[in-house]
Amino acid sequence: MTKSLTHLQRLEAESIHIMREAVAESERPVMLYSVGKDSGCMLHLARKAFYPSKPPFPLLHVDTTWKFREMYEFRERMVRESGMDLLVYQNEECLRLGINPFEHGSAMHTDMWKTEGLKQALDHYGFDAAFGGARRDEEKSRAKERVFSIRSAQHRWDPKLQRPELWSLYNVRRNVGETMRVFPLSNWTELDVWQYIHLEQIPIVPLYLSAPRPVVERSGTLIMVDDDRMPLEPGEVPEMRSIRFRTLGCYPLTGAVESTATTLPEVIQEMLLTTTSERQGRMIDHDSSASMEKKKQEGYF
Amino acid sequence: MAHAHDDLLANDIEAYLHAHEHKSLLRFITCGSVDDGKSTLIGRLLYESKLVFEDHLAALEADSKKVGTQGGELDFALLVDGLAAEREQGITIDVAYRFFSTEVRKFVVADTPGHEQYTRNMVTGASTADLAVILIDARKGVLTQTRRHSYLVSLLGIRRVVVAINKLDIVDYSQDVYDTIEADYRAFAAQIGLDDITCIPMSALRGDNIIDPSPNTPWYTGPTLIQHLETVPIDDLAASQSFRMPVQWVNRPDLDFRGFSGRIVGGTVQPGMAVRVLPSGQTSTVARVVTFDGDLTSAEAGQSVTITLTDEIDVSRGDVLAAASSPPAVADQFEAHIVWMGEQEMLPGRPYLMKVGTRTVGLSIAHPKYRVDVNTLEHIAAKTLHLNEIGICNINLDRPIAFDAYADNREMGGFIIIDRMTNSTVGAGLLHFALRRADNVHWQAIEVGTEAHSTLKGQRPAVVWFTGLSGAGKSAIANVVERKLHALGRHTYLLDGDNVRHGLNKDLGFTDADRVENIRRVAEVSKLMVDAGLLVLVSFISPFRAERRMAREMLDADEFIEVFVDTPLAVAEQRDVKGLYQKARSGQLANFTGIDSPYEPPEHPEVHIDTTSLSAEEAADQVIEALRAAGRIP
Repeated sequence: MTKSLTHLQRLEAESIHIMREAVAESERPVMLYSVGKDSGCMLHLARKAFYPSKPPFPLLHVDTTWKFREMYEFRERMVRESGMDLLVYQNEECLRLGINPFEHGSAMHTDMWKTEGLKQALDHYGFDAAFGGARRDEEKSRAKERVFSIRSAQHRWDPKLQRPELWSLYNVRRNVGETMRVFPLSNWTELDVWQYIHLEQIPIVPLYLSAPRPVVERSGTLIMVDDDRMPLEPGEVPEMRSIRFRTLGCYPLTGAVESTATTLPEVIQEMLLTTTSERQGRMIDHDSSASMEKKKQEGYF
Repeated sequence: MAHAHDDLLANDIEAYLHAHEHKSLLRFITCGSVDDGKSTLIGRLLYESKLVFEDHLAALEADSKKVGTQGGELDFALLVDGLAAEREQGITIDVAYRFFSTEVRKFVVADTPGHEQYTRNMVTGASTADLAVILIDARKGVLTQTRRHSYLVSLLGIRRVVVAINKLDIVDYSQDVYDTIEADYRAFAAQIGLDDITCIPMSALRGDNIIDPSPNTPWYTGPTLIQHLETVPIDDLAASQSFRMPVQWVNRPDLDFRGFSGRIVGGTVQPGMAVRVLPSGQTSTVARVVTFDGDLTSAEAGQSVTITLTDEIDVSRGDVLAAASSPPAVADQFEAHIVWMGEQEMLPGRPYLMKVGTRTVGLSIAHPKYRVDVNTLEHIAAKTLHLNEIGICNINLDRPIAFDAYADNREMGGFIIIDRMTNSTVGAGLLHFALRRADNVHWQAIEVGTEAHSTLKGQRPAVVWFTGLSGAGKSAIANVVERKLHALGRHTYLLDGDNVRHGLNKDLGFTDADRVENIRRVAEVSKLMVDAGLLVLVSFISPFRAERRMAREMLDADEFIEVFVDTPLAVAEQRDVKGLYQKARSGQLANFTGIDSPYEPPEHPEVHIDTTSLSAEEAADQVIEALRAAGRIP
């Protein structure tokens, strides 16, 4: 008799299968690396998928220059440890115009740095397949996303272009100019990702663990003052609070939670006992319930 | 089941995590019609397992008041219907995947709508499911759609079925109602070979028998839905099969290592095991089973590994590694169930692509033997399959593949069909058995071949393929070309569309399917004539790119010259030499190219003739020049 695979073993094997299919049937694959926990999990799976070879693609970080400092430090460490090539892309127009969330608002900041930046980077390098860490459990419009998501030559997501996915057969063929986004973590949940990180001892940015950090409270959201680019309002004084982050992005747009969890098991414990969803810390989702769907059509993940 | 009430979680997180590392995974599909309460059931499962967070719940409360159907009470259905487009329509139009977990299992739910037009979605959702939950509205009993869902579930090889007899609260939790429906269902299920059936009385809206046994159904002593889902065996059929692994990727980090990466889809593998590579048939022995976490002494179905062999033999992506003692069969002709998923109907004879395992091959499909009415299960004669139709067809591949019958191994017998022009997935299929025809019809070796035929004629054969609208001037130009070639002492033959339809193809009409067959036959005939050493002129409207490409691919690269006789529709219609446009416009003639049937112009023809600026003589000279340039005539 054979032993039965656990749910994490089944998920791991499925993700590896997806990555190998994408690599075998594309010309220029790339892995989008955002430095967060899902990216870390995905990078670890990639190293498993192609072992003993190195994953046959580079990492691409679409940078906004507004990430937490610890994220940049961690990114360099992971590149050293994995031995993989890292490409960092910054939208030059944003650099020139100095686009930032304070003066231009979160919507324009995200759209220009991330959505436009990603499209420019894919065009610039000519990548035809990009791995992303999105999961179906994150948000309603993602529940129907395919594992292999076809994008038009303009990077738009058209529901009508999406293909049925049966068994583990992925149709990876594309017309000229079309590209695909590939989501190896589609069937993972937030808990699965944390559990896997714990089990496999995957390194994560320390910001996920609680520590005293300088914050200000704005409209009920705790924002960390990560550097002196952050303009303080009159009378506003950063105070040290014990906080951590459930999701990481641009520091001015990422809400912290007060917490005493300083180990991974404690984080998981807090997560399971908590009652707000992960994406609530991301300010870009708050506009309306169809906002993610709209962003996706425009080319955001 | 709720996380928040778990003492272990609050008090001993390490022990909790350890327990959760050993959870198993069950994938199931829910099938029901619009009003069966399916979305309500899934919404409740997510809610009860505390996977609905406060912010989602706030959105749900707001939505329930705005568009809910429960009079302001929480409308769980709103938790699971996704895209803005379909929320406006009030129906779900695709497969959505939901996740929840309990203490012992993680669940992946494929949520599919039950409308007849969405057979495509149900088949997609069922293809990866271990179990199906079929909802029946207690007020309505076993309906046509219940039978349809059950048939599709059994077709896709799901053996375990839960019948959720829902909305029992509306019939006062009547045992009689429940018993009648259960008996009806079991009688029907036996007919289609479903025998592992569990019926549960429930109300998804009120929560009866979902998590805890309901006090409203004291007469029911079976498990609740969750109790059943947590304990039903996940008998991985694949694990008890013979070893199979389609090779995804050849792993060559350096000259010293050559491994074959893939996911095992059947049986187990160990170092030292004898394996056969298919379809080549070469044999070797497994040296190592390599993973990032170290070499394994054994690996089983479901695992992704990299295998090295003791011999240097040729293995590439698309091959299957299999137990040498019980290898899969190899064939290129099959009988298969086909589920059509394309907006455009299936065209028998058209070249498609088929992906099975990790291999993609050319595919053509014969006319269906019959189509299955998914509502009545009747077999109905059919010439083609439309969107969401299912039929039995013989299929031909351009190369042999290794396969197991779908009933024995889903991953070795399930395939998808890809349109060569749009690259979209237009169908799915289940392989049943290989046709013996392929084994019994052999190629007869012929001593006098193409080379000998053409040497005697002092020329090199070719097909000149004229395509264009009716009345474009194809035949006129082809006639002049033949006359000129004849004068040059060349051996020619002109195949004309109208003439061939009086003989060889007189059984064919003008539907898309018949047009495809028309061109297939002409392409085959012209290939025979090329073998005979002739210069063949083919003058056919041949409206579809796919069939022209098929004709091209039958021949060597310089043997096919495509001539696009380019006449604007308005000009051809104005000429209307045969009076056909007038008939078509007045509705006396259906499926007329350019009017109510499409024409796909060539993208890269060897010769492009603009008939508005060239005479037939000038056009013919251009074709003759192209034949010279291709080295066909001196």
